Amino acid sequence: MEGAKAIIESIEKHGTDRVFGHPGGAVLPLYEALRASGLVHVLTRTEQGAAHAASGYARMSGKPGVCIVTSGPGATNIITGIATAQADSVPLLVITGQVQRSRIGTDAFQEADITGASEPFTKHTYLVQDADELPRIMKEAFHIASTGRPGPVLIDIPVDIQKAEVKDSCDPQIHIRGYKPVFHGNRKQIKKAISAIEKSERPLVCAGGGILCSGARTPLNLFLQKTGIPVVHTLMGNSAIDGGLANSMGMIGSHGHLRAKQALRESDLLIIIGARISDRATAGGQIFESHKTIVHIDIDPAEVGKNIETQIPIVGDAGDVVMYLLKNMDPDRSWNWEPCRTPSEEPVPSKTRADKLDPAVLLHSVSKKADPDAIFTADVGLNQIWAARHIEMSGKRRFLTSGGLGTMGYGLPSAIGAKMAAPGRQVFAVMGDGGIQMSLGELGTLAESGEKVVILLLNNQYLGMVRELQDNAYGKECRHGVRFEKGPDFVKIAEAYGLRSAHACDMESFEKILHLSLAGKDSWLIDCKIDSKINSVRRF
Amino acid sequence: MNKRILSVLVENHAGVLSRIAGLFSRRGYNIDSLSVGTVEDPAYSRMTIGITADDWQTEQIMKQLNKQVPVIKVVELLPDDSLIREILIIKVSAPVEARREIKDLADLYKASVLDITQDTMVLEVTGQQKKIESFIDHMKTYGLLEIARSSSVGMQRGSSVF
Repeated sequence: MEGAKAIIESIEKHGTDRVFGHPGGAVLPLYEALRASGLVHVLTRTEQGAAHAASGYARMSGKPGVCIVTSGPGATNIITGIATAQADSVPLLVITGQVQRSRIGTDAFQEADITGASEPFTKHTYLVQDADELPRIMKEAFHIASTGRPGPVLIDIPVDIQKAEVKDSCDPQIHIRGYKPVFHGNRKQIKKAISAIEKSERPLVCAGGGILCSGARTPLNLFLQKTGIPVVHTLMGNSAIDGGLANSMGMIGSHGHLRAKQALRESDLLIIIGARISDRATAGGQIFESHKTIVHIDIDPAEVGKNIETQIPIVGDAGDVVMYLLKNMDPDRSWNWEPCRTPSEEPVPSKTRADKLDPAVLLHSVSKKADPDAIFTADVGLNQIWAARHIEMSGKRRFLTSGGLGTMGYGLPSAIGAKMAAPGRQVFAVMGDGGIQMSLGELGTLAESGEKVVILLLNNQYLGMVRELQDNAYGKECRHGVRFEKGPDFVKIAEAYGLRSAHACDMESFEKILHLSLAGKDSWLIDCKIDSKINSVRRF
Repeated sequence: MNKRILSVLVENHAGVLSRIAGLFSRRGYNIDSLSVGTVEDPAYSRMTIGITADDWQTEQIMKQLNKQVPVIKVVELLPDDSLIREILIIKVSAPVEARREIKDLADLYKASVLDITQDTMVLEVTGQQKKIESFIDHMKTYGLLEIARSSSVGMQRGSSVF
């Protein structure tokens, strides 16, 4: 069998129905094999878009997202997408074409050392040197990407290997000596945690994105309901907690809720589940460093004790550990404490400007009208914080964003991928006018796909988050390089791509367009003219 | 911050060395020395890595190393339980009248003579870092011409195998 065919067969065998990619000279044999296969090819407009779309697909399907790009610039263009997936623990299988083996190292046309360049941003990389190794490498790559702490795996395949004959293409046995992720949390450690929790007066759970990676949302919410232990979440853990839960205290971190921060301060024991506790989550760190017992549950041993000192480390799958906690904790004990001093949260403004939209009001309205299992992707910047704070993650809603790397341009392509993985669910892409201009070409991908995504473009003609940072650091008179003086007419752009689109300047027009967009089968871009004075978090 | 030595068993293929070396630079760990050689099974290599780190950093480094797919096992070689050696090859100026003295010193250090010319000698010595440094100091008297020094290699004492 030809190498290219063996690669495509392996992808089919691993249960994915599509690949996201951008072809080129070094992947011609692969595309020929792809054409003859049952796999759908989604042609994104940039390689980075392919990685983000695959990321949305992976996060909603639970299977690795597969990308195929060509050598050289194709490969280097996808690095940001790979790094984005690595930071948020998203399983990707990235196949890059490479120049033929005899030309490697000669600075040939479109040659780049992609295994070297992508090394810091991948869970693992392969450079295939022998066609006979293809079946094993493909199988290992899928295994590594999707098990343990998920992440991107890159396979660089020289074009002559794609054309070479694979002698033995049967299903190989794999045995990776250096890769044995722990799944079951150590029972002794969990018991230690249980006794510490039972002794504590004010325990608090901090839920991270690991809950969603592990599929632990249901057991975790059951655990929270049964024990009454209050819960806070990180940005990545947004949608890990059922919105209706009474003991949910909101999001922690630099743009989090005051109630969540206060709960952190007052708790005497913290159970961190599937969270790295990054610098954004600690927002200065003080509230984590106060004297309290910390139980840290994570599948990646290197994350336990990295950013925050822990007394009871538990390495294992979030779902496995939470189930064990649930079964072994005293069923009669419950904790229903609330922070003593609950500061008042940002209210939804009742009065807004007549000619501009308020993002909080707008997103509350979307939140009310969206399906209980709607998927929301958010880009990066003000739109991301607004989306995380104002869209209620009730029911089985999902929130996808680039939380770790903070990659602008993630929202649109990831929404396309998410929709493809969950065609029956409503998908919204919350974008800013900065991020959408980094991914405009993907409007074409969306139009071509025939899938329906509603793009809520929160347009304030600013790189609003950077503006806010500049204001805070240097004062308002020092704003520089953050204003889009001549923002394009996004409605015309969307229409040029064959999408439906309209401007919304006030809530009345917005509600009408939203209603229209939700009713039909077409994708929409709603250009929402946002009051440009509004910052990420308003304190009243 | 102490000097420490890690022994790391890794898969022996292209890219592993750069992946491990890159890990140190991108996470800002201090790497003092690195030596690599295949082991009894040519599918694997052993890296002996000298670092300067405190207890917490050492734990972080070991965890990050363990996280790499090609890394099979990581142990810290503790000075009391380990045998750690370096090798030194040194070319010194050795006119006929100094040869006897240099040879006597070499004997004290169990160094061997690898090469000799009219006015130079090449000597080889193995031992712990301090011994090597002390030998170099002695040779300075005669005039150092060239030095080639390996970094540390080592293993744990006793019958346990890793």
